Parts: sequence; structure tokens; C-alpha cells
Amino acid sequence: MSIKNRWDHSLIFDIIAPDSSVLDLGCGDGMLLAELITEKNICGQAVEANPEYVARAIKNGVAVYQKDLDQGLNEFNNRSFDYVVLEKTVQQLYHPLFVLREILRVGCTCIVSFPNFYYKENIRQLLSSERMPVTSALPYKWYNTPNIHLFTLTDFMDWTREEKITIISGYAAKSSTVQPLKISEDNSEAEELLFVLQS
Amino acid sequence: MTDPLNAHQGKSTKFDLPGSPFSVGWTRPKRVILADENNPLSLECGECLAPVTVEYETYGTLSPEKDNAIFIPHALSGDAHAAGWDADWKKDNRPWRNSKPGWWDEAIGPGKTFDTNRYFVICANILGSCYGTTGPWETNPSTGKPYALDFPVVTVDDWVRLHIRLQDYLGIDKLLAVAGGSLGGQQALAWAIRYPDRVRSLVIYSSSARLSAQGLAFNAIGRQAIFNDPHFKEGNYYDFTPPGGGLELARMLGHITYLSYHSMEGKFGRNFQNGSKPCYRLNKEFSVESYLEHQGRSFVQRFDANSYLYLSRAMDYYDATTYGNGDLSKACSVIKAKLLLIAYSSDWLYPPESTRDLAKAILANNKPVSYIEIPSSYGHDAFLLEVAQTAPFVRPFLERV
Repeated sequence: MSIKNRWDHSLIFDIIAPDSSVLDLGCGDGMLLAELITEKNICGQAVEANPEYVARAIKNGVAVYQKDLDQGLNEFNNRSFDYVVLEKTVQQLYHPLFVLREILRVGCTCIVSFPNFYYKENIRQLLSSERMPVTSALPYKWYNTPNIHLFTLTDFMDWTREEKITIISGYAAKSSTVQPLKISEDNSEAEELLFVLQS
Repeated sequence: MTDPLNAHQGKSTKFDLPGSPFSVGWTRPKRVILADENNPLSLECGECLAPVTVEYETYGTLSPEKDNAIFIPHALSGDAHAAGWDADWKKDNRPWRNSKPGWWDEAIGPGKTFDTNRYFVICANILGSCYGTTGPWETNPSTGKPYALDFPVVTVDDWVRLHIRLQDYLGIDKLLAVAGGSLGGQQALAWAIRYPDRVRSLVIYSSSARLSAQGLAFNAIGRQAIFNDPHFKEGNYYDFTPPGGGLELARMLGHITYLSYHSMEGKFGRNFQNGSKPCYRLNKEFSVESYLEHQGRSFVQRFDANSYLYLSRAMDYYDATTYGNGDLSKACSVIKAKLLLIAYSSDWLYPPESTRDLAKAILANNKPVSYIEIPSSYGHDAFLLEVAQTAPFVRPFLERV
């Protein structure tokens, strides 16, 4: 799968400056880093827990450190990467705030994307069917979902305010378009969100 | 030439026999003198050694560009015979080689992790060992008698310095990889720290920057067992009965450190040697006792006690942090090779946390590293036994070097 097929992949690809260092957490098959290495000459390191993904990322020429993100990033020094990327993973962590603090410690700039549970289709399904929503961003049943900490844009904004996190920029994926995030709008339009953060 | 096929009649085996398309087939050790009076090998202890012979084997074909060579350093009790079947086997010359192939045959061969259709694989016996490379068993030219304990104390660095001479002799400027487990992994690390321009990648299994205090303790007891054997005679036993009892004990003790709680429970549990009831005797009661005794006995048939003393001491001494004045990340700052570190969950001789410490030191230099932890109940020996589990990582890693 090319990174161009995923809105947050291509956005992250554009955000990251050439010749920088990038830590990609939960790298999957490693294609984001692989393309950044080839096309933007970055120095990349991946972290991934799933051994099948680790093997595929190595095959794609990416250095992968196998570990469970919930254990934190004690192997990595403060501010040791220009960027840390946490793509659609926060909602799957047992200790989301611990890991978010860890990435802000290790990265100069952090890029985080996640599904917005307050997306209108989620609300519609919940209200009309009385069942947990199943959408392209949340394609699981209640019993097999890895998403154990679902949250909304407002939940996330509350956290950034409480911990005094600087939001450099935000983007929302709405149906087929990606737009810079505007908080005053109706947040239920955004299916997925991406933030560029600094602490 | 004795066909090992015959030796296998009636035995169940998972080995690739010499005719198998997955075997490197029949092999012959080669020997070369890599240090002489004019060009002695200077050792870390300050002494110089000459002459020095190295026994080595190669599998596969060196490319015309000489860019496909992988060096496989062996661990404590290994030899240069890493794969295939020894064609020079005789009843009075390494007879154990009749019944099994080289020590890492599962990993080296056509289509295997270290694919001999693609790579030129080199394995050489280490200095101080007893498998063809100069060691305490060899005649000291200045006395005309075996070196015994006059042999200088050798280190992992000395082994690598000698094997760099082999690399030169084979005309290989840069190895594609150095790949080894345990003490072999430490040689790989030493290669990349001491000779960063001579190797492009490392695959390190079940290893770390240094042995733990617990590991030092086990080695010390193993050596004491040899020293206390009445046949030891200060190492001058070559014309007499060798200190087999002491070496056997050392190996039994060492062998426990290569296994794990779960592998021993699974393999032996509390099974009795004879039937299901105790015999109320002091020796040979539990299966685990006779297994260790068997391991010790067969080791004595194939290993030299003095070599065991020297090699286990080299294992003790190795500490990569010394190249960074006690700072491992500083020591790793010179490394240019790409790195793949593999730890096994139940290894307690070089536990995963010690491998992670090495990974952390590399990351501290803003250098990428691949680290994987394989779930295994085989303990330290897993790197020899869980080859299939690591192939999906090692093969693509080597392809991307």
C-alpha cells in the first residue's frame, strides 16, 4: 500500500522536513519511514510490537525496535528526534497519557492522529441502532476492537490545555477532504484528526 | 570417506544430510598461518604470539566484487565447522562429526537464513580453542612442549584482530555481515567497534556488551572444577590422563546456564531415571542428572580443559564499555554497521534487558537499530534452536544491507 492512500500518511509526509530525524511509533509495515528515507533523506527509527509488522518493516529497509508502546520510551533520550509520529494508535493504548507525555519528551515536534468519536456517523449509528458504531475509521465490533480508549476532539483539546501542550497545527479528515481544523465549526463533521504538537 | 547416512540408520534425525538440497554438503576444514616470527600477533595482554594457525571453513561462492561475504564467529565451545558434513571425519579424528552436521547447519545452507546460494559464508575457530586454531594444546616453539598454561591470556579483541587477518587473506575489504550468537555476538560487536570500516552489518543473537556478575560466577566455578581435578597438573596433562572429571563438571554447570526453568521442566521435570519410583540412592536418580552427566561426558570427548579455561576467561573479560571509558554509548559511537539485535525471552545468561542496554547505547548515538525479542522457552541455547523463528527478520535484514 502506498502512503498516498492514507490521508494522514501523505499529510505527515508533507509536514516532515527533509534531512530530519523521525521516530515512527506503531510503524506497521514501515512504508511511511521507507518513503521518507528514500524521498526526504530522513534518519528513521520505528517502534512496533507486532512481529509480523516488524518483519515487513525490516523488509522495507526500516530499523525497527520491537516493543509495546505502553511500556514507554525509556530507550530514547529527551529531544532525540526532530519528529515523533503516533498514527491512529493513541486510542489503542492502555496508558494513553503516559505515552503522549513520553513522545513529547523524546520528540521536538510530535504528530498525532486519531479517530474522533464525536463524528456524526458514529452518533447517528449509536442513536439509531443502539449499538457501537462501525465505520471506515472504526471498522470493528465491540468485542474485537483494539480501540480501548475512544475519545473526542474536545476531550483531546481539554488535555492539551490541562498539560499546556502547544498545538502547532491541526487537520480534520471530513468525508473525502482534509482541511485545517477550525474549532468553532461543528466538530461532528471530522471523522479523523491530526495534530502537530510541541511541549 | 565414511558416509554419515549409515550412521543415521535407525536414528531419527532432523538434520539435512549431505545429499540434501538444503545442505552445503561435504566440507573440508582449511588451515592458514596468519602470524609468524616476522609478523607476530600482538595480544591485548601485551604479549606477542607466533606462529598462529587458523582453521576455517567457507560455504558458497565469493562474488567477483567480493561484497557478499558473511563471517560467522562461533561461541565458547564451537568450531569452524558451522555447516555441512566433515569429509575428513575419522574414528580417531573428530569422531562426533559423523553423527551430526556443523553446529549452525540449520541456519547456513542453500535457501537458509545465511543462504549459501547468495552469500559466501566464513567461519573460523578462535584463538585458544582446540579445533585447529593455535591454542594451549599446540607445541610451544620455544620449549618443544605444548603451551599448556604458558599460553598467553587471549581476549575477544585478539580473536577479532586475528580474524581480520583472515579477512585480509581472503581479500575481503568489507564483510556484508558478521553474525553470531552469545560469545559470537560479542565478536561481531568487537568487529564493528574496533574495525568499523571492515563490516557493513551485524546480526547479534543472545548477547550483550558484557557478561553479568552472575555469568562471571558460573564461569569461575567451572574453572575451579578443572583446577581441582587431580589430573590437571597445572595444565601439563597432555602426556597423561586429562582432567576429564573437572571439565565434565564445568560443562554440566555451563549447560544449566544455556537452558531455562521452562525448558528443564518440559524436558525432564522431576522424572526418575529408572521408572516412576525413586531407587533411594545418591547418584543417577533423576533424568536431569543423567542428562547433564551425558552432556559433560560427551563434551570431554571433544574439548580440551586448558582451552576451556582460556575461552571462558575471554568471555569474562569482554566488556564493550571499556572502549568508551565505561560509557557504552560512547563505545558504540564509532559503529558504522547496520544492526539487528535478537534476544530470547527466557535467556538468563544474556537476558533481553542486557541486549536492550546495547540497543539503547546505539540509539543514544542517534543511530537506528533493529531489536527483536523472540518468545522462547529454550533459554540461552535458543539462538541455536529457534532458527526458523528468526529467519523472517534476518533474511530481509541481510537483503537490505
